[in-house]
Formats: sequence, C-alpha cells, structure tokens
Amino acid sequence: MNTSLTNEKRFALRKKQPTPKQNLKRRKLSQKIAFGFFWLMGLIAIAVLFWIVGYVLAKGASSINLEFLTTRPAGGFDGEGGISTTIVTTIYLVLFTIVIAAPLGVGAGIYFVEYANEAQNHNKFVRWLIKTARTGVEILAGVPSIIFGLFGFAVFVSYMKLGFSLLSAGLSGACMVLPVIIRTTEEALLAVPDSYRQASLGLGATKWQTVTGVILPTALPGIVTGIVLSVGRIISETAVFWVTLGGSYRLPQNLMSSGRTLALHVYMLATETRAFDKALGTSAILIIIIILLNLAINITSRRFQKRLSGK
Amino acid sequence: MVITSLEEKKPNKSKIIARNFDLFYGDFQALKDINVTMPQNSITAIIGPSGCGKSTFLRSINRMNELIPSVKTSGEILMDGEDIYTQDVVELRKTVGMVFQRPNPFPKSIFDNVAYGPRAHGLKNKNILEELVEKSLTDAALWDEVKDDLHKSGLALSGGQQQRLCIARALAVEPQVILMDEPASALDPIATLKIEELIQNLKKEYTIVIVTHNMQQAARASDYTMVFNMYPDRSGYIVEYGETSQIFTNPREKTTEDYISGRFG
Repeated sequence: MNTSLTNEKRFALRKKQPTPKQNLKRRKLSQKIAFGFFWLMGLIAIAVLFWIVGYVLAKGASSINLEFLTTRPAGGFDGEGGISTTIVTTIYLVLFTIVIAAPLGVGAGIYFVEYANEAQNHNKFVRWLIKTARTGVEILAGVPSIIFGLFGFAVFVSYMKLGFSLLSAGLSGACMVLPVIIRTTEEALLAVPDSYRQASLGLGATKWQTVTGVILPTALPGIVTGIVLSVGRIISETAVFWVTLGGSYRLPQNLMSSGRTLALHVYMLATETRAFDKALGTSAILIIIIILLNLAINITSRRFQKRLSGK
Repeated sequence: MVITSLEEKKPNKSKIIARNFDLFYGDFQALKDINVTMPQNSITAIIGPSGCGKSTFLRSINRMNELIPSVKTSGEILMDGEDIYTQDVVELRKTVGMVFQRPNPFPKSIFDNVAYGPRAHGLKNKNILEELVEKSLTDAALWDEVKDDLHKSGLALSGGQQQRLCIARALAVEPQVILMDEPASALDPIATLKIEELIQNLKKEYTIVIVTHNMQQAARASDYTMVFNMYPDRSGYIVEYGETSQIFTNPREKTTEDYISGRFG
C-alpha cells in the first residue's frame, strides 16, 4: 500500500465514495429498463420465427396429402404432380455429399488440432502450408454459396465434363460444407480436456491410440452435430445445386443423372409456375425436416452429455 | 549445493539417478544442474516454492515435458542404469506411471478406465483383464467401494474416489515407478489421508516420487525429501536432498530451514 497518503486524505477519500442511498433508485431503474429491452428483443425474434414457420405450415398444409408426397412432379406451367422424386433426390444428394465431406472434414479437423502443433519441429515450408490451410478454412467458411456453385459449374460440370449430375452437385456441396465440418470438428476436439490426452499418453498409449481411444469418443457428439448441421445446409441449399444438379424432376438413375432437390423444387415452383400453393406445401415439408433434424441433434447430444458426466 | 550421499544407510539399490540434468523451455532454463539419486521402494517428496521447477522435474522422469514442443534437455536421467532419453517413450511410460494434480478419469466406465492402459499395450484376454482390474482397484483401495458398479462412469465417483481410480489406472500397466504431481491438492482432508495411506502401502512394490505443496504431507508420507528453489533468473535447482527426518529436523541449508518454517514460498 502507498504510504504517502495521510490519514485525513484517506478519510476524505472515503467520504467521496457515493453511497447506495444516493443512487440506488437510479441504478435499479436502469437495470429494469435494460432487462425489459432485452426481453422485448428476445420476444420479437421468437415472434418473427414463429410467424415465418407458422405462415408456411398453415398455408402449405392444404396442399400436403399422401398423393402429394408419393407422386412425381409432372412439370408444366401449373406445377402438376407431387414431390416424391425430389424427396428421393434430396436423400441421395445428402448421403453422397456427406460420404465425401465427412471423412475429409473430420480428418482435416483432427490433423489441425492433434497433429499440426507438432509442426514446430517441421521446416518453414510445412509450417507455412499449415498456416495457409488454417486461414483458407476460415475464409471458405464465409464464402457465399453461389461461389461454390460457380466453382462447381466451372470445374466439375464443364471442365471435368461431369455435366449436371448428382456427382457434380455432390462434389460442389462437399466443398461448401467442408469448412463447416472442419470447424465443428476442431471445436469439438479443442473442448476435450488436455488432461485426457496427458493421462492416456502417460499410460504409454501412442498418439493414435490416444486419438481413437479417448479423444474421438469424447468429441463425437460435437463432430456428429457438425455433420448434421451440414446435412441441414445441403437440404436447404439452392444456389449451388441450381448450377450443378440441373433441374430434372425425374428420379436419378445413377450418379451421372440430373435431379432436383426439395429446396430447388420450391425455387422452381415459385419462379417458373403458378403453383405457389405447392411451393408453400413443399416448403412446409422442408421446414418439418429441418425441425426434426434439430430435435435429433438436441436429443443425441443431451444423451451423450449425460453419459459423459456419468449421471 | 549439498547432495547427501544416501548409499551408506540404504539397503535399497538406486532406481532413478539424475546427472547434470538441465531443462530449457526455449531460451528459458527451468532446471539447472540437477543431481540426485532416488532409491528403489522409497517415497521421495519434492517440495519448494511455486514456479521453481518441481513439476517440471517430475515430468522429466517420464518425458511428459516433451508434449511442449520447445522443451530441450541436457545431461541424463538414468533408470536402472539406462538413459531414459534414449529409450522409446512408450516403453518408458509403461515403466513410469503418472498421477496428476486433478483427478482425470476418462469419460468411460470404471472398468474401462482401469483396463485402458493394458488394452493399449495389447492385452485382449477378458479374464486376465478382469483379474488385472480387480487387483489394481484393490491396490488402490477402491475395490470394495466400486466392485458392484464397474460399469458406471468413472466421472460419477467423488473426487477422492476419482483420484484413487486414476491411481488404479496407473497401477494396471504394472509400472515400477509412480510419479505423483500434487495428487491430493484438489481433495478434502479425509480423502487426502486415504491417498497418503495408500501411498505408504504402494511403496512395497513401487518407487514413488511425489510433488507436494503441503509440508506436513511431505513430513508424514515420505522417506526422502528434495527441496527445490530458484535462482534470481528463475531457473530451478535442488537446495538440499536427504532423509525426510533430517531435512525437517536438522536441515543443512539456511534456505531449507526458511522454507519449511514458512518464511518464504
């Protein structure tokens, strides 16, 4: 403590300190105003959300029936037919895209978190490469999806001559969700306590045994969440697939077939036909799928958390 | 610096010998010229003020320091006469187990926690694993409390039980040396006492090195005590090393006396 202060000065200083009596009312009032403000903002956000979802579900419900779900679209200016093939195409595309993107993304995430810091022992070039790759992932995560579409169109559709096909679309979609999977994997791995790594290595386990035996099982819920989020992005994406998947409403026969996902169908119904009710019906189905997907994430991650904490 | 010669009275052969051991984090020297001999089947306590390199030295004995990329060492640490820095690190860590400051069981069942090490080293036979888990948990004085709940998560145990689970996990790979980094600092007094009792029993089969901030613990639970301090440039060195009774009743160095009587640190 600084001893240059005299006792009188100390006393005077104490007197200068405001007491709660003088300003408590004002402080409590500002607290109340802030509290009310944030309540209001929260309510508005939720209200807007319910409005959108409610509107689509209510308007779309009238055109949803078993026939709508099980017949194929028939095209035409009135948007005849149902959405059966677009549901199947969506499932194909999701599976194909995830099969490509998940191993790459999870693998890259594991490399960045568990192995790249050993790069200090490598030469300058390797370190530069890792740094660039890291920055690259950050940038890709913020790139608008139509850019991935244009890239896919230029490289896969035109240059590699894969045409408008599930293959082109899946590869482009994989490029789009790759940064998402890499980053969620990285976050999930970083959340694994270092003490687990030390305990495992301290028992004489190798690095790889540590990764597969302790780190990945612990990080799995986070990694799965990232993959399911990517599934959501593929389901709701239009721009990328608009320029890589074509728009055929027939059932794809193989990877080289063109096709039309649910989201793409909504877009085409809304812009090229008069069947706005069917666009809303398809949207309602899309929204229901997304809600179910999010519920699935919540339930599984909660169950994992419970198992981890041992309660 | 005074290094007590321990050979005269000791029937035990020396297990760990450090010779002119230095350790650097980048340019910063954390340990300076460590010379020490630890006998087999003994408990050696490492005490000293914070930041003087106690844990660093402990982690040098099973090369956990190598997880930090900038670490460099010179001099040698011998285990049974063999330089541990030329040994394979996986092999070394099977011989030298470690218990950490905070209990860190894996988010797995009690059984899988204990069986983790043996499995990593390739043991698959279920019967042997079961026996090994029972033996390790018994040696860690935890068997009676958990024998009916082996499938339960290790994280569901209390703090003291978790730390004993970690000790059982370390025992399961059948090491010769066990390093303990303030194993009771996160525990309540009763759990602490249990761990200390346990350490006393383990001494029959293992050589134990334990870092502690708790002077009474060092006095109660150890055979030998190593007092660390740091130079003005913050690098750690051994002030004094000898039998615990001598260190606490009749220290040779003024620094030791000041430290154990609480005048600094």
